[in-house]
Amino acid sequence: MLETISFKLNNKPVQVRTDPKRMLLWVLRTDLHQTGTKFGCGEAYCGACTVLVEGVAVRSCFTRVSRVRNKEVTTIEGLAQDGKLHPVQQAFVDHDALQCGFCTPGMILTAVALLKDNPHPTREEIIAGMNDNFCRCAAHTRIVDAIQEAAAKMKGNA
Amino acid sequence: MNPQDYLLLDFQDIHSLPEPAPDDPTLPALPECSPDSQPGPGTGLRRRDFLGRLGGGIIIFVSLTDLVRAAQEQRPRGRGRRGRGGTPSDFNAFLHIAGDGHVTCFTGKIEMGQGPITSLPQMLADELDAPLASVDIVMGDTARCPWDMGTFGSMTTRFFGPLLRAAAAEARSVLLELASESLKVPPSQLVASEGVIWDREDKSRRVTYGQLTKGRRIQKRLQGRPTLKTPDDFKIVGKPLLRRDSPDKVTGKAQYSGDIRLPGMLYASILRPPAHGAQLKSVDTNPCEQVEGARVVREGDLIAVLHELPDVAKATLEKVKTEWNVPKPTVDDKTIFDHLLKAAPQGRTVAQGGDLEEGEKAAAKQVDSSYLNSYVAHAPMETHTALAHLENGRMTVWASTQNPFGAQREIAGAIGFPPENVRVITPFVGGGFGGKTQNSQAVEAARLAKAVGKPVQVCRTREEEFFLDTFRPAAIVRIKSGIDGQGKIVFWDYDVAFAGERGAVQFYSIPNHRTTARPSGWTSDAHPFATGAWRAPGNNTNTFARESHIDMMAAAAGIDPIEFRLKNLTDAKMIRVLKTAADRFGWTSAKSPSKRGYGVACGIDSGTWVAAIAEVAVDAKSGRVQVKRVVAAQDMGLVINPEGARIQMEGCITMGLGYALSEEVHFQGGKILDTNFDTYELPLFSWLPNIETALIDSKEPPQGGGEPAIVVMGAVVANAIHDATGARLFQLPMTPERLQAAIAKLPA
Repeated sequence: MLETISFKLNNKPVQVRTDPKRMLLWVLRTDLHQTGTKFGCGEAYCGACTVLVEGVAVRSCFTRVSRVRNKEVTTIEGLAQDGKLHPVQQAFVDHDALQCGFCTPGMILTAVALLKDNPHPTREEIIAGMNDNFCRCAAHTRIVDAIQEAAAKMKGNA
Repeated sequence: MNPQDYLLLDFQDIHSLPEPAPDDPTLPALPECSPDSQPGPGTGLRRRDFLGRLGGGIIIFVSLTDLVRAAQEQRPRGRGRRGRGGTPSDFNAFLHIAGDGHVTCFTGKIEMGQGPITSLPQMLADELDAPLASVDIVMGDTARCPWDMGTFGSMTTRFFGPLLRAAAAEARSVLLELASESLKVPPSQLVASEGVIWDREDKSRRVTYGQLTKGRRIQKRLQGRPTLKTPDDFKIVGKPLLRRDSPDKVTGKAQYSGDIRLPGMLYASILRPPAHGAQLKSVDTNPCEQVEGARVVREGDLIAVLHELPDVAKATLEKVKTEWNVPKPTVDDKTIFDHLLKAAPQGRTVAQGGDLEEGEKAAAKQVDSSYLNSYVAHAPMETHTALAHLENGRMTVWASTQNPFGAQREIAGAIGFPPENVRVITPFVGGGFGGKTQNSQAVEAARLAKAVGKPVQVCRTREEEFFLDTFRPAAIVRIKSGIDGQGKIVFWDYDVAFAGERGAVQFYSIPNHRTTARPSGWTSDAHPFATGAWRAPGNNTNTFARESHIDMMAAAAGIDPIEFRLKNLTDAKMIRVLKTAADRFGWTSAKSPSKRGYGVACGIDSGTWVAAIAEVAVDAKSGRVQVKRVVAAQDMGLVINPEGARIQMEGCITMGLGYALSEEVHFQGGKILDTNFDTYELPLFSWLPNIETALIDSKEPPQGGGEPAIVVMGAVVANAIHDATGARLFQLPMTPERLQAAIAKLPA
């Protein structure tokens, strides 16, 4: 029942030989040692495990690894390009939009996907788009501010 | 040592004393175990190992005990003193200045989001006159940091801060002495700034901290009281500073305990009972044997499946067949309050004054009421996690913990090792809120690692996190009070069961009053499961009760709730924060319910005074509450990092909406019915009010910031709901069902 599954992870081709029913989160964190993607609840409620699959935000704790076969997966480790932070990452830094930082990778990737779909969101649209990502430290206000600023700086170039 | 006493210390204008003669000619009186050689706090720190690793440079050791003793004894200048003993050392720090001028602070405090990774170097750099960029901090490693009691109670800035500043001031005076020798200029003629010391009269005559330190080996245990800078001299403290850990946290580089990888490591999935108090009748682990690579470990009462893949370990554990004897539930989340009232022990009077009978006689109106709150979970986004590794007879454990030295002691006890052979390392912690003062996952990882001889990670599932949490206790507050014809409170009889005394003592000017706490702490065997410290323990309960009740009395007196408070306050700090909040909010006088949906509440926590005003909108039909705006003013003494302080206030306000509106643990006996975030509702983005924070400008000693603003959230929302609807809620959380029921009872 093991299968070889190939996909692109952060612009690099990867292959794993594993049970295709396993969840992507554990393959990323354990098999591929990409620990930026976090385990928060295991049932797709909290969003800490969010990654991008073909640019779409998905909950990796609830996504079978077989679903990303031959697809492009982006984790928080792959967002900065050539050492330069993505505008959403930079805005999180500039706004202190985090405390413990555990939900942050999922927040940032959710925001990146949101801005791709809607490059000029209103504050209400940001709140609606982020609503299923949980932050226990309650950095919510700053996260919304950061996403607004990132949107302004990106000028539609998601 | 009562921490409050420490607040009274004044370091100003008292010069440092020479250190005592060292026990060892080559090494000063640095701690072998705890700085006071107390048997209690164990540590893996070995003086020689530690100093050896640091190499040369200047090393200053400071302990709170030393400074307190110095203050208490009022020793004359210039006379050193040997000898130890007395109170245990609560907070200690090493400060090291390396030969390249690089400064490192070693502290047992940990970073769980609350920001000391930024604010402590900020304080240190300012006192030392070193560039901020040259200051690093090593946190929560029992092999590298001196003993510390733990990170909780908003104590890092208040109590650890002055200590760290004392170490920095001492280091600075050592550097000035060295520069004086080197430049042949009296110290009084020297200026230190940004890691450089120069001659005031000839700026070209200069020397860097690195040049002064290089090739030297100076070690001091600070026992006197150094001269600290006054707030007017601060250059870095008081300026907003962005978090230092953000770049790593936004790129996934920041490592938490679950992110550590070791060759050959195994992931554990541990068998848990279905309810607290359940006894295992039979267990059959045979089905696990079909799973390749799975290993079942029975270590005492611990039954676990280990595998090199965490998800496979979990799936394999689910194959285990068990039978349990589960005690019949005798209490649930609805009957708990009756149960607790019966179980409440005799009270302890924590404050009293005047004569209650006299007060009752003087009362024109009496207002009596009871307030309840449910159990609340910590629910940090990172569940309790640890990785344990046994190598050469020494156990190393990476753990998400708020008290690494406590974890070290617990682990050592559980595996039968001397504490010095257990090292706890605390990577970034993904939220704690008091819940990570309990370290069972670290103990379990160590036991399993010892049993199998391989590194073992334990990472609680969300269900385990809810099940094993030490909840904020359910509690009951009963208040009897009275007002005279002029709206003055004439008596106040306050009885709190199961929340403890923190925040219980009222701060209004009331001639006849009594405050009773049953028991005086916040843990008790009367609960069906473990309870513990939850952000500002007890104070959320007490402030909800007190400030709701004050509003009830204001309504009974027919007076605007802010006017009523001001009428009954003489506490200048509270008057100031309340007026500041009212001004910022744009409060206009009206008696409640005014239909505006405005509420106010005041509180004191961790040495900080706070007042908050909220505006809510209530959908009477659904019972849903939207908090639209919260203005909070806070007097926390000198503000070290205003940006960090505001973030903590915003976090408190937003997190506090949870216990105010939705968060409660559902249970039947020892069975916890909440297993994930579907039934246990955390505050969401869509709940977000507009938050405005005001910090009072103060030069008084800095106070706590991680907890105070959360204590007002229950009452400020309850009072705003009352103002909007006329319905008064006496139980937290104020769920839609409870609000609907309260509205239904209103006279038509």
